Amino acid sequence: MRDTTDLAQADRPTKLAEEEQMFVTLSVADQLCGIPVLAVRDILGPQVITRIPLSPPDVAGSLNLRGRIVTAIDLRRRLQLPPLPPGTTQMAVVAEQSNELYALLVDQVSEVLALTASAFERNPPTMAVEWARYSTGIYRLQDRLMAVLDVSRLLALSTHMS
Amino acid sequence: MDDLLADFLTETNESLAEADLALVRLEQDPNDSATLALIFRLVHTIKGTCGFLGLARLEKVAHAAENVLGKLRDGAMSATPDLVTVVLTALDRVKLIVAGLESTGREPEGEDAALIADLDAIYEGRQISVVIKDAVPTTAPAAAPALQAPVEAAAALVTKPARARRGNTAAPKPRATSAAPPTMAAARPAVPDAEQNMPVSMEPACAAPAANVPGPVVAGPAEMGGGEQVLGGQTIRVGVDVLENLMTLVSELVLTRNQLLQLARSRENSGFTGPLQRLSHITSDLQEGVMKTRMQPIGNAWNKLPRIVRDLARELGKKIDLVMLGAETELDRQVLELIKDPLTHMVRNSGDHGLETPAERKTAGKAETGRITLNAYHEGGHIVIEIADDGRGLPVDRIKAKVLAKGLATEAELAAMSDEAIQRFIFQPGFSTAAAVTAVSGRGVGMDVVKTNIEKIGGAIELKSRPGEGTAFTIKIPLTLAIVAALIVEAGGERFAIPQISVVELVRAQNGLGAADPDNGHGTVEQTGSVIERINGTPVLRLRERLLPLVGLNELLQLRAENGRPALDGDAGDQALTIVVTQVGASQLGLIVDRVFDTEEIVVKPVAPLLRHITMFSGNTILGDGSVIMILDPSGIARASGVAGSGDGRAASSLAVQDNAVGQVETTAMLLFRGGGAGLKAVPLGLVARIERIAADKVEHAAGSPVTQYRGRLMRLVAMQDELHLERGEHPVLVFTDQSGQAGTELCMGLVVEEIVDVVDEHLHIELDGAGDGILGTAIIAGHATDVIDTSFWLTRAQPDWFSQSGPMASSGEDGGARKRILVVEDSDFFRQMIVPVLQAAGYQVTAVANAMRALALRDSAQSFDAIVSDIEMPELDGIGFVRAIRSAGPWADLPVIALTARTDVRDVELGRDAGFTDYVGKFDKDALLESLRQCLAVGPSPRNEHLAETFDEVPPRMVA
Repeated sequence: MRDTTDLAQADRPTKLAEEEQMFVTLSVADQLCGIPVLAVRDILGPQVITRIPLSPPDVAGSLNLRGRIVTAIDLRRRLQLPPLPPGTTQMAVVAEQSNELYALLVDQVSEVLALTASAFERNPPTMAVEWARYSTGIYRLQDRLMAVLDVSRLLALSTHMS
Repeated sequence: MDDLLADFLTETNESLAEADLALVRLEQDPNDSATLALIFRLVHTIKGTCGFLGLARLEKVAHAAENVLGKLRDGAMSATPDLVTVVLTALDRVKLIVAGLESTGREPEGEDAALIADLDAIYEGRQISVVIKDAVPTTAPAAAPALQAPVEAAAALVTKPARARRGNTAAPKPRATSAAPPTMAAARPAVPDAEQNMPVSMEPACAAPAANVPGPVVAGPAEMGGGEQVLGGQTIRVGVDVLENLMTLVSELVLTRNQLLQLARSRENSGFTGPLQRLSHITSDLQEGVMKTRMQPIGNAWNKLPRIVRDLARELGKKIDLVMLGAETELDRQVLELIKDPLTHMVRNSGDHGLETPAERKTAGKAETGRITLNAYHEGGHIVIEIADDGRGLPVDRIKAKVLAKGLATEAELAAMSDEAIQRFIFQPGFSTAAAVTAVSGRGVGMDVVKTNIEKIGGAIELKSRPGEGTAFTIKIPLTLAIVAALIVEAGGERFAIPQISVVELVRAQNGLGAADPDNGHGTVEQTGSVIERINGTPVLRLRERLLPLVGLNELLQLRAENGRPALDGDAGDQALTIVVTQVGASQLGLIVDRVFDTEEIVVKPVAPLLRHITMFSGNTILGDGSVIMILDPSGIARASGVAGSGDGRAASSLAVQDNAVGQVETTAMLLFRGGGAGLKAVPLGLVARIERIAADKVEHAAGSPVTQYRGRLMRLVAMQDELHLERGEHPVLVFTDQSGQAGTELCMGLVVEEIVDVVDEHLHIELDGAGDGILGTAIIAGHATDVIDTSFWLTRAQPDWFSQSGPMASSGEDGGARKRILVVEDSDFFRQMIVPVLQAAGYQVTAVANAMRALALRDSAQSFDAIVSDIEMPELDGIGFVRAIRSAGPWADLPVIALTARTDVRDVELGRDAGFTDYVGKFDKDALLESLRQCLAVGPSPRNEHLAETFDEVPPRMVA
């Protein structure tokens, strides 16, 4: 069966203390990213993905999530990163945008973190455009930095990609 | 009970319940304008519907109440308890009448004069009459009891008679079945007199103050809905969205069941088999049941037709018999709603256009009474509806004339079309063959809307018409929009679903080796069985004496071929390929696929918004094995591959010359023939008006040259070969005509050739310049070197004054740099089709449009050209106006524009130059045109002659793109 964890429905408090927010952390091309846990519907293991001919390059295809058709978007392509070597498995974070489900394909999904607002900073102005477009800011973790991805911007219809 | 009345009653009951609540709110807050507006609207609706249904008593009461409410709403008076009481009494009266209607199907008799007088008095601002005042002295101040009592009273009055005569009302609702128009009298169950009087006898109790009804009557609103009512017992109103949701869930259940069945099939003798089969049956039953909740007999869409036909017959002085068969055939409510109007329209059309007057019918030897037959039946998951008349049939000639007048096709195109293709023009927007606009039809909106509506729900419409025998339309629509049967195919390692409704057949064919051998004749393939042939790489298949255009799904969807199957355009060996023949409107298209699996029932789900722009797909679905696949949209594929979309019957090839945007490779339909020496010859098909066969004995000689009588006049014959060998047999003749050229005269010439070979769509690229008189140059067409003939040369052979001048082709092939782009604006099809090959032969990339407005539209869509060649005399915007528009502003302001005209006297030239034309060329002085273009374009990318330099100050600076 499918390796799924329904985090949105998990009975956890989303705000442990004031100013604290929960994020699902994931990695794309070695960069740690976070998505607010409330925006995440599902985490999926490797899936059978149907290719969609003639689709935009960042659309990896569609997959069947419990009878619903979910459009898979390759986050590496979206962020203009090199593709994974063939044969590597990807995980997916499922999010909803205007009643449609989308699966964001990422290299790895790691854990859920509760982070305080004091560790949050705006995007550095020198950030690459592709990242600045989809990132709302940066969290300073102890050993590394985590970019917060804005799901609605990632799933916005207008792709400015060539 | 009439369905209409039943609907009204259900609605009115709901409205009344709402109005009651609103009135209580109103009394608490007399200035609540929203509530007032709501009550007013409810009562207004009731009144309006009563008028429509002919319920006089109800209408009178509702009308008087509405008047008062209107004043309240407008703020002309305020809601005093007295006033509310009167309005409530009025509403109670409405309820009473409605209750009577429910139980007996007709309005109970009774007297409402006192109530109406009260209402009118309030309305007119007089004191309310004593009746009410005296009668409700105690209840009036207290709002709640005043309200409750009447409700109970009404309920009691209603339930009693209903209970008393339950047995009688159990009679089923009549269904509109056959030709007999359902009348109220016939449909209503007989009601015993005594019971009919029941409400009447109760009347005084209610007409008098409602509060006086004694308390012991316990029948309350709860009991009203408890199954005692005729209406309540039979139907329940459920929101369509609830049903929709149920339907979706059941669809999912069906899919899951299919998955389970597939799993079980691979594991024999497991303990699951039995329960699974049971689950399967239950699921099927459930699916059927849920479908049934949405199913309605098609007769519901028909029941107004007998009346419409009767009125129509009377108005038009015709005798029409309407026969309706299969009215009980059921289909999805959603589909039913969508086809209701198209059906009505088509029946009207049949009566108005199709059937003749009795006198005409008599002369034609038919019965005086015309017949319109409606027939509905199920056929393989679809419902088929036929609308047939035995009238005069569709007049092909009238349609042709209209097509020409509307500029939807050229005469040449029409000549190449079958009668059916021409008849299909009636599905074009703005098309009506009715000579006069009648109240009934003939407004030119109709059949196109019908077709669009039917195609919207995945249906198809066909028409068959025989002159003198009548016209039959056949509509085929899916029973439901939710589940469709689809053929699963594979291409490039991916699976796709093709809706079964558009699949005509499957054909196995060998992948042939390129074009036919040149020594082997001209394209005749001797092998048995189907072989995919190619025209310059474009695959086609001969299928029952017709050429079927083919599209490789791999190439179309840019999939890489897998499993060692070669891509179609590679140098493939003799491979067996499967072709799915699909029907899109009138045209057929073959899809080459790698494999065909099975048909499956699929649930169509819309694709994600991110993917909606891909027109090849109509949706996606989940198969029984759980995988997601895309559903192909044959009409989208046909559009994408250039097959005339939605069957408009127009040759796609000729569109290419006129409509194509710049930058794309334009194809021209070329007629291939033999004559005048070895090798193939070609002429743009658009130039040829007709292809005829003329027998040798029909050829006469006049003034030493051969002529023939053609359509009532003499046509000169010119032979491609030097010697005319017209003594024996029949000869194919290409007929050239020009109506729009010189004023009033129709020029006509027949070019006698040896043999017509084929018509192909080709990108016309002339590679070698003319080798002799009458040859424009040589191009590769259908894989052969083919001489493209210079039509103007042959035309002047027949009629030296056809053009002012003609001569051998000027050599101007300038290879090297990018090809210059020329825009040709010319209203005459003939000249346009002639000029395009000439310019193409000279190495230009040509875009041709039929009028100046289209040209300006190209400018506004930021198309760019190096020069423009424009006719002067054109409808709407003439050449002078056109060039002024160009010069006034915009990116084309300083392009060279060359005028083409038949009039070249000095004054005209002056006028043209003043307007902004760069040069003036006589029509059709080919060499002068080419010379002029060469000069204009040699100056540079934005050449300006003296005139332009002079007027440049007036030209606003070009906008920076």
